[in-house]
Amino acid sequence: MHVDARHRFENFVTGSANRLAVAAAHGVAEQPGLTYNPLFIYGGSGLGKSHLMGAIGNLVSQKEPTLSVEYVTLEDFVEQHHAAIASNEGDRFKQRWGRVDVLLIDDVQFLTGRRETQSELLRLLNALQGTGRQVVMTCDRPPSEIPDVDERLVTRLSGGLIVDIGPPDYETRIAILRGRCEERGVRFQAGVIEEVANLEFRNVRELQGALNKLIATQALGGDQIKPDQVRAMFGGDQAPRSSAAMGRLAAPVVRASGGRPKMDFQGFVTDIASAVAQHVDPWKIKVAEAVAFWHGEGYRTGQLERLLQEGGPTADFEGALREFFAAVERLRQLEAQATAVDHAIGGNAVFRDPERIADAEALATKAQAGTTPPPGPSAAFTRAGFEVGPSNQLAVRAADAVIEVPGKRYNPLFIHGPSGVGKTHLVNAIGNEMVNASGGASVVACVSAQSFMDELIEALQDGSVDRWRSRYRGADALVIDDVQFVAGKERTQEELFHVFNALHTEGKQLVFASDRPPRQLDGLEDRLRSRFEGGLVVEMQAPDRSLREKLYAHFLNDVETPDREALVSFLADRAAASVREVIGVVNRLVAAADLAGMPLILNIAKMELDAGAAAPSAPDVRANDAFFLDGEKIVWHLPDLTTRIIEDLR
Amino acid sequence: MSLVNYQTREITCKIVYYGPGRSGKTTNLHFIYGQVPDDRKGKMVSLATQTDRTLFFDFLPLDLGTISGFTTRFQLYTVPGQVYYQATRKLVLQGADGVVFVADSQARQLQENIESFQDLHQNLSEQDVDPRSIPLVIQYNKQDLPTNLILNTEELADAVNFRGVPDYPADALHGPGVFETLRGISEIVLKRLSAGAAR
Repeated sequence: MHVDARHRFENFVTGSANRLAVAAAHGVAEQPGLTYNPLFIYGGSGLGKSHLMGAIGNLVSQKEPTLSVEYVTLEDFVEQHHAAIASNEGDRFKQRWGRVDVLLIDDVQFLTGRRETQSELLRLLNALQGTGRQVVMTCDRPPSEIPDVDERLVTRLSGGLIVDIGPPDYETRIAILRGRCEERGVRFQAGVIEEVANLEFRNVRELQGALNKLIATQALGGDQIKPDQVRAMFGGDQAPRSSAAMGRLAAPVVRASGGRPKMDFQGFVTDIASAVAQHVDPWKIKVAEAVAFWHGEGYRTGQLERLLQEGGPTADFEGALREFFAAVERLRQLEAQATAVDHAIGGNAVFRDPERIADAEALATKAQAGTTPPPGPSAAFTRAGFEVGPSNQLAVRAADAVIEVPGKRYNPLFIHGPSGVGKTHLVNAIGNEMVNASGGASVVACVSAQSFMDELIEALQDGSVDRWRSRYRGADALVIDDVQFVAGKERTQEELFHVFNALHTEGKQLVFASDRPPRQLDGLEDRLRSRFEGGLVVEMQAPDRSLREKLYAHFLNDVETPDREALVSFLADRAAASVREVIGVVNRLVAAADLAGMPLILNIAKMELDAGAAAPSAPDVRANDAFFLDGEKIVWHLPDLTTRIIEDLR
Repeated sequence: MSLVNYQTREITCKIVYYGPGRSGKTTNLHFIYGQVPDDRKGKMVSLATQTDRTLFFDFLPLDLGTISGFTTRFQLYTVPGQVYYQATRKLVLQGADGVVFVADSQARQLQENIESFQDLHQNLSEQDVDPRSIPLVIQYNKQDLPTNLILNTEELADAVNFRGVPDYPADALHGPGVFETLRGISEIVLKRLSAGAAR
């Protein structure tokens, strides 16, 4: 139902009896949903309630054409509700009314006894008010006097502002009558309108009816009606009452100027309400709402709070709000950027304070700069430079498979073997090859367990564990050398466990090197051990003869020697516990040859090695004890004790 | 104390009834208390002696409900009128948003009215409140007494209302004038909102 377009504020005559109602209605129309919600207008029949409500609707539509304004009488509402229930479209009914921006309900007094309509209306009011939509209602009595209405609905109806419209006073009546005459283009003799205004009419409709009668009579008779004819026209008995009636009707004038003689609490509250509405600044409400919202979001709103405290009526609150929103938006961006590189930095206080954007920017930049990629594989170790023999070919084949399809075949790859057999070389080579295969795009973290732990400790110290963690979790593959060092280090194992899981679930390659197989690593948590063993565990052994041959050939490549093949063959026959030992032998021979001032020939090697091997037992010992497998850990040539003792005795 | 808090959406208003002893300050509060629906008023705290003299102070919280989205509360206080409760009066007066001066219309009480009014000024000044700027209304109570016993409003106004603040004749015992007075002071207090003078 549409609002009657003739109902406008401009043609509503304001008098003392309806001034408050008009002011409230105007306030509502200016800012629907913000001032009085719901607005409840009551008063006798024909005093202009519907007109006032229509005026609200028309002004709102005029100012904000996008808002939907619905006018409905309660009877219509009830009928529509019943129809909707009957056609099983109750939900659609709810939706339709829930979308209305300004709801105008006329003649609410007919709620009496209609329980289901009451509960529907209650629900609708809650829904509309909850979303800040305006409700205006008219009634012929205050909410508390509507009989047989749910108490909850009564309080809901009374929750906003209740205003009454009284009968118009004398001056208002004259103004109304004059306005009507102008509309109709009718003129009366002086004094006629005043005389009509003096008559007792209970409401404006009756007043208009009287005027209509006068207009008709004048048009019919053709003569101008005289003031003294008016009383006779409206019945002789009415005339004497007119003075009393005037006294009664004029009462509001007295009330308005001298204060109501019987003022009570309700009147007091109504007055206060209008005073508050007058003095509360709408922009402050908006700012306060913004404060409440953003505060709830966790942002600091000092800026806006200060605006509330200090801002005068001319404060540029819209600009301030825009500025604030822009700042919050920027903070969110920065936070997102920073969180992407460092999880822990999200939620940092500076990202919640629009006044510290500069700090936030600095922090975000720092976070991004602080994310150095994890240490990569050493470029010195290449797959091409790695010699393969039967003693390590299993490991190398596994490594090749890993390089070919990282993360698919052997994940994790666990390589173990004694020191110096080339584990570090191999795992670094795997890393390098994976980087090369991806064209340098993939990030391969390659680190020894020792430095992994050191980094963790450092991160713990300066509280950047999360950043540290995300470095490794963001890697495309993880290579950890000397993983035996994590044994007994609980925290490192825990971190390694999490990194392992994070990478493994994403199908990223993990490679470990250790001097022992997982089951021999004491102090390794079972969860890690089982994970290590879940992939492929391969052993690299001390170089066998064919590998030694290759190694000697490789390392003697740059050395000048006349009988290379014989030399290589001679050297390869001798046992070597590790590649390092091979390198040691080569270096020793080169030094001896330099000393002798001749190229490295077989004889030098024989002399040097056999003579030097004055302790032929050494290889035997080594064979029996794993300790001696590591050439680095043993002092092969003890100083001559007898000389030492003699010297001491001197 | 902040009168309007836009963040918590509250309006709190402290109004102090001031005046000489036995002028009817507590009677004002009692009448209001009786008129307010039960769900809108708090417990009225009244510390009185056996002869119904206010010993300490009366306190009546009023909840006016939600007005324009603001939870509005009025706190009405009375001070003990007798001269020797000076300290209590100062205490109660602290942070008042508005003052109602209840004058006793009886002719023989005229001097007490004037003294109490001066006392009010002095106490306000001591709290760094400008007595000329704080919202103030005057109520001439006991106008229901026989006319030969009382002064009329013009005479009373001459004595105490030299600044021309709003004044109201009242009969606090039976009600006339009580709410008018309260409304008068409330309007002035609220008017200060828009002036930005809310403390």
